[in-house]
Amino acid sequence: MSEVHNDVQAYTLRLELVDEPGELLRSLQPIAEHGGNLLSIFHERGNVTPRGYIPVEVDIEATPDRFDNIVEGLSDAGINVIQAGTERYSERLTIILSGHLIETDLSDTLTQIEATRNATVTDISLSAPAGSIDVSSARFQLAAASGATEEVLAAMREIADEKDLQLVEPLTVGGRA
Amino acid sequence: MRLCVLGAGAVGSAVVELAAEHGHVVTAFADSESAAVDADGLDADAVRSKKRDDGVVGEADPGAVFDADYDVLVEATPTTLGDAEPGFSHVERALADDRHVVLANKGPVAERYADLRALEAESEGIVRFGATVGGALPILSTIEDVGPSRVSAVYGVLNGTANFILSRMAAEGLDYEHVLAEAQDLGVAEADPTFDVDGTDTALKGVIVANVLSDGETEFTLDDAEVEGIQELSGSMLDLAQEDGQTIRLIVEVADGAVRVGPRLVPENGAVAPSGTENAVQIEADYCGRLGITGRGAGGPETASAVLTDVERLAD
Repeated sequence: MSEVHNDVQAYTLRLELVDEPGELLRSLQPIAEHGGNLLSIFHERGNVTPRGYIPVEVDIEATPDRFDNIVEGLSDAGINVIQAGTERYSERLTIILSGHLIETDLSDTLTQIEATRNATVTDISLSAPAGSIDVSSARFQLAAASGATEEVLAAMREIADEKDLQLVEPLTVGGRA
Repeated sequence: MRLCVLGAGAVGSAVVELAAEHGHVVTAFADSESAAVDADGLDADAVRSKKRDDGVVGEADPGAVFDADYDVLVEATPTTLGDAEPGFSHVERALADDRHVVLANKGPVAERYADLRALEAESEGIVRFGATVGGALPILSTIEDVGPSRVSAVYGVLNGTANFILSRMAAEGLDYEHVLAEAQDLGVAEADPTFDVDGTDTALKGVIVANVLSDGETEFTLDDAEVEGIQELSGSMLDLAQEDGQTIRLIVEVADGAVRVGPRLVPENGAVAPSGTENAVQIEADYCGRLGITGRGAGGPETASAVLTDVERLAD
């Protein structure tokens, strides 16, 4: 079964970097050194954490053994590893919002949803039958962190309440997402 | 068993009609204005046609039924909120006389569960109410058989009218008002469909389930439920759901000591997206996992059959 252990998998690393020149490059070195293949880097420069760090999300491919070495290498280099693994954003959720979506600034609604901890919007479909003045509806597909479904839905309820939009939630009782 | 049937609507009348077939005798039958009593058993056809033709079931005063010889009171008067009257007083009287009670009326079990259980504890009589949730579907009896303490969640569709409206809106891409009018023409929705579409009826059933699951530890009433209706849904919302392989149904969720009712996105061909007026419920229990019960819930004969099943259990 050794091949199974050598299988290359995709991993998401969420790091928090000190806001200093060269930090991003420094964080990538352990990944290269331990044989990880970089897929993407999302550097959230404008989204500083309350403690003044810059969140960075790195997607890489590596074997499980190498991945462990990478995480160890990052820690040894003093890089903050917030999340390491395939588990993040593992739950898919669909919601529908309806109301004066366009009048109440759809892009602001989207920004608010995106700002929700533990969730990211992966798809939007808008239905505005009578133009922008009337009631319209939109379906949002969200990816939520594992175990964060209830927290994400509670945040959606708040956004809907605040903007006086109708929210149709997915049925999630008994672990059905 | 000798039955005293209160309420001459669709359910009460159907109980009177079907009782003999199940080996029972109706010795008293009353609506809100009048009553018929016969210790040897009433002629089902005669009292039902009298109600239809003359608007009364008999010449006696409604209160006279309590003096009749009977073993089981069948309470099938309309469900009322708050103090659940006059249904609650009917039950109180029967239990005081040490008779059994079978409820089709949701009020006493949804709004005054603790009071009801206290009266039952003082009486030789037993209260059963399987017909109040899902009509003919064996939802409460399944929970009873599995054991309420082993059930972790109950969820699904418990209102045929709302389900009919939503499944038509999804199938035809029509808006709520249009489909509601159609449902009223077909007799699927009542002239005043408020309780069906605003979630109240579904919530009452959820509250009853919650009372059974909590087994007296916490009392639930309609005020404890979070309720949202389907009136604001549009055809385009159902279209959006459908593009994603889903649909919208009015769902009750009873779990973790909470009752929530509202439109929810569910898989289009999933276990809790029945078509037309059907109900569909999932019961999650330890060891046996998820149990599904689907079928025609409400309706006179369907609910009457559930009432008579409860009578049968009392006879055992």
